Amino acid sequence: MKFRDVIGTAIASTFRSKLRTTLTVIAIFIGAFTLTITSAIGTGVSSYINTQVASIGNPNVMTVTKTVAVTSTNSGPSKYDPSTSSSNTQGARQGFGNASAGVLTAMDISAIKATSGVLSVAPSIRLTPDYIQYGGNGKYVLTLSADAALTKADLASGAQLNDSSTANEIMLPTTYLTNLGFSSAKQAIGQTVAIGVTDYVGQQHVVNATVTGIQNETLFGAGASANTALTDILQQTEATGRPASVLTNYASATITFKNGSTPAQVTQLKKALTNEGYTGQTVADRLGTFETVINGIVGVLDAFAVIALIAAGFGIINTLLMSVQERTREIGLMKAMGMGGGRIYALFSLEVIFIGFLGSAIGALVAIVLGSVASRILSRRLLADLPGLHLLQFAPASIATIILVVMGIAFLAGTLPARRASRQNPIDALRYE
Amino acid sequence: MTESVLEAHDLAKSYGRGANRFDALKGVSLSINRGESLAIVGKSGSGKSTLMHLLALLDRPSSGRILLNGSDAASLAGATLNKARNQTFGFVFQQFFLMPNTSVLDNVILPLKIAGIGARTRKRQAMDALDALGLADKAKNNATDLSGGQKQRVVIARALVNNPSVIFADEPTGNLDSATGEVVEDILLDLNKERGITLVLVTHDPDLAERCDRSIHVRDGLIVTQEQYA
Repeated sequence: MKFRDVIGTAIASTFRSKLRTTLTVIAIFIGAFTLTITSAIGTGVSSYINTQVASIGNPNVMTVTKTVAVTSTNSGPSKYDPSTSSSNTQGARQGFGNASAGVLTAMDISAIKATSGVLSVAPSIRLTPDYIQYGGNGKYVLTLSADAALTKADLASGAQLNDSSTANEIMLPTTYLTNLGFSSAKQAIGQTVAIGVTDYVGQQHVVNATVTGIQNETLFGAGASANTALTDILQQTEATGRPASVLTNYASATITFKNGSTPAQVTQLKKALTNEGYTGQTVADRLGTFETVINGIVGVLDAFAVIALIAAGFGIINTLLMSVQERTREIGLMKAMGMGGGRIYALFSLEVIFIGFLGSAIGALVAIVLGSVASRILSRRLLADLPGLHLLQFAPASIATIILVVMGIAFLAGTLPARRASRQNPIDALRYE
Repeated sequence: MTESVLEAHDLAKSYGRGANRFDALKGVSLSINRGESLAIVGKSGSGKSTLMHLLALLDRPSSGRILLNGSDAASLAGATLNKARNQTFGFVFQQFFLMPNTSVLDNVILPLKIAGIGARTRKRQAMDALDALGLADKAKNNATDLSGGQKQRVVIARALVNNPSVIFADEPTGNLDSATGEVVEDILLDLNKERGITLVLVTHDPDLAERCDRSIHVRDGLIVTQEQYA
């Protein structure tokens, strides 16, 4: 028998007992469907996280804060130490939220800069402007991201901030558009907005800035960001009338280190910072926990899918054993007519591989259709707060892998019955009643 | 001058071991000439079917030799044996052994498919065989939906389709009423006479045996009588 005919006969055989084939296909379908969905969730979430990482910063960037004795729950508050906690009252006015970290003074900044491996330090300036206004559309509260200096935004429209420009530039998140009175992200680009700032003695000033970009909302910063020129002018305005004795403090600083540093080098840099009394955190550190949780959930879902597939595997063995039993005579007849054992083995193996293909292909297809619809609904309702997150993303490579793996499982499940079929003695098979 | 297609020398076949040992054949020798029709007659359990299976190379004898076209069949193995089965023999069974839920044409095509003949050629050959048995109009029907006589004619078409030199028929009329049985007998004997295909018929019906050229009677694993009718 030619190989092409073996394939044709195998496919025809699967359609001869429709009910049995259908039931087996359903069993495989469930496993393949679940696997496709879970892998799509994995892809969707990790691609979202990657976008977030890209928007937060480059891999050679680290956020540094001052290490403070943590107030632990069972030992009560730690002892007051003027050297680490001196500026906390000032810090509250400056408006940073991380209570466990002390503030960085100009001295700290130079100490960090002196640490070996640190290429440059950019202190994060926490600004507290009063409002933002576009045209005559009313005043709205403005939150400025502190560490905008080194981030690369996930843009909805416009361009990244230009720190070397002398013009005041501001980047707004998409959520600001409607309230401020912009009709679309595109329309907002190039428009001038007014920012109200109160100085040290309580007098309000207005600074104008141009909108250069509109940023998709991210997990880590829902605020607007300003370029260096705007940051400087806002800071100067805020400091107007401040007594010289009040020092400028920073909540944190962003340092850059050598591009392409190995994880060991990064760890070493962190250790050096710890020794100096600072805590360094890379973007990966900040995202690590989050990603671990997601991976855990996806892993559990995958395990369920694999269990479903194993169950389906036994279903396949059963189906094929029944098929071999039912077709004992047919096998005997084919052998009597001179069909070799190897070809019979191939015939039954291909039959089960085809069943595996049917189940997995249909499962993957249905998963893609349902998943795309569900993903669209979810990102509009339940996950509307996380713009840019498409929970289910179907990667062709992983779907192809799933289909191949399922076909492989089907083949393994079919090996035993197929071997039994190929070893039948023609005369025993023909005598079989 | 006749030459023998199949020769059996002192064939014995036993099943089981020790106390359960059962000797189905206890030393049978015979020679089948090309183009003759031979009836193997015997009661149920006489060993006639075992003899046919051995002659058709479907089973291996416990002892003794079978010569196919003068060469020892024991030397055939694997692909050669499969090829010999495929190209030399055609089978007609009492229980038909048609593939269910498969068209008449596909059933007849099966031996040609196994032989590896191309799709177009094998379809033409199968239609020729069905035509010869007056079943061309049933080609697309489901094989299991046919009447008993039609089924047996499909089986004969299948046995015939690869131009075998020997057709083995095991109780070909056993599942048929006498009228349709007679039609099937006529077809088989006509094939023997007109196409010169050697016919080996296993039957318990003495009337059918008498229509053959020769008959051998098997009882308890031994040939008891031989009769020459033509």
